[in-house]
Amino acid sequence: MNASLTPKLLSGDIKVGDRLPALEHRVTATTVVLGALASRDWRPMHHDKDFAVERNGTPNIFINTPNNAAWFERYITDWTGPFGRLGRLSFQMKTPVFPGDEMCFGGEVKALTADGTGCHWADLELGISVNGEPRTVGKARVAIPATIDDNPWRRKGERWQP
Amino acid sequence: MNEDDTLPEAVRNMIGVPLYEERTEFPIEIGYVYNTCAAVENGNPLYWDEDAAQQIAGGRIAPPTMLSVWFRPHYWAPGATGERKALQAHFDIKALLDLPEAVVADNEASFGEPVRMGDVLTTCQIVRSIGPVKQTRLGTGRFWTIDVRTTNQHGEWVGTEAYTLLGYRRPAQ
Repeated sequence: MNASLTPKLLSGDIKVGDRLPALEHRVTATTVVLGALASRDWRPMHHDKDFAVERNGTPNIFINTPNNAAWFERYITDWTGPFGRLGRLSFQMKTPVFPGDEMCFGGEVKALTADGTGCHWADLELGISVNGEPRTVGKARVAIPATIDDNPWRRKGERWQP
Repeated sequence: MNEDDTLPEAVRNMIGVPLYEERTEFPIEIGYVYNTCAAVENGNPLYWDEDAAQQIAGGRIAPPTMLSVWFRPHYWAPGATGERKALQAHFDIKALLDLPEAVVADNEASFGEPVRMGDVLTTCQIVRSIGPVKQTRLGTGRFWTIDVRTTNQHGEWVGTEAYTLLGYRRPAQ
């Protein structure tokens, strides 16, 4: 049994304008295929290069939408730690991410609020760029503990209003 | 613009009504959670460490962004015929309004009660709104928003994916 776990990040530790630590990841064909199959996305443009080139007109297979969401989720909770609880996520994939690309994740805290139930929220702006070119841009809302005794995961029903 | 802005009755009747209820084909399981976390090198102990999951979330849960994963059909199954279309309500609207093209303009997911191992989830599609006829860069059409709402076996809300789509006709069509 682990010792009692405590939050890594509290809402009071954060300011509007803070940037999330950068994350870089070199994408391979395996990255794309692992992500597609883990999300049960069997469409060929995420595992078959000939199909992607001939039918989609893209230079290679590319990362699929749910896997992009999983990357953003990892990026956010790397920052918050396990007590951070995602409430909302939206993003637009402007240009696909291909094998050979190095994804550079960035994020900024745009707003910090507490709702009527006492839940503390950080609103984030997120991006994935490759060689400085934005490929995916998005927004997220994540609940962050207010104190070491607070735990957003224990909120239910009316007390969880993402 | 001379386009008739009145929505056909069949389309109006779809608004706000839960449609196409669908249940997950298998109970939520840890294998896909590991595959997803491994694919993005997500080391969050909530998904790898039984004790951490118990202390923080009261048991093993799936990452919230996996919501749509649980509803994608098997690539093959005995007796399966044809391809199932995700977001059937969208294709219904597109056909009823006779708009041959469509693109996703926006989508936003919101996450409720955590998805737990063994859960059986149910989803339905709710057409939230259909906008007026608009001239867009792509052609003439309408925007509509469909909520894909998911609940668990206790009837608790576990998440919604809201899709805003543009159905349109190209100028030459």
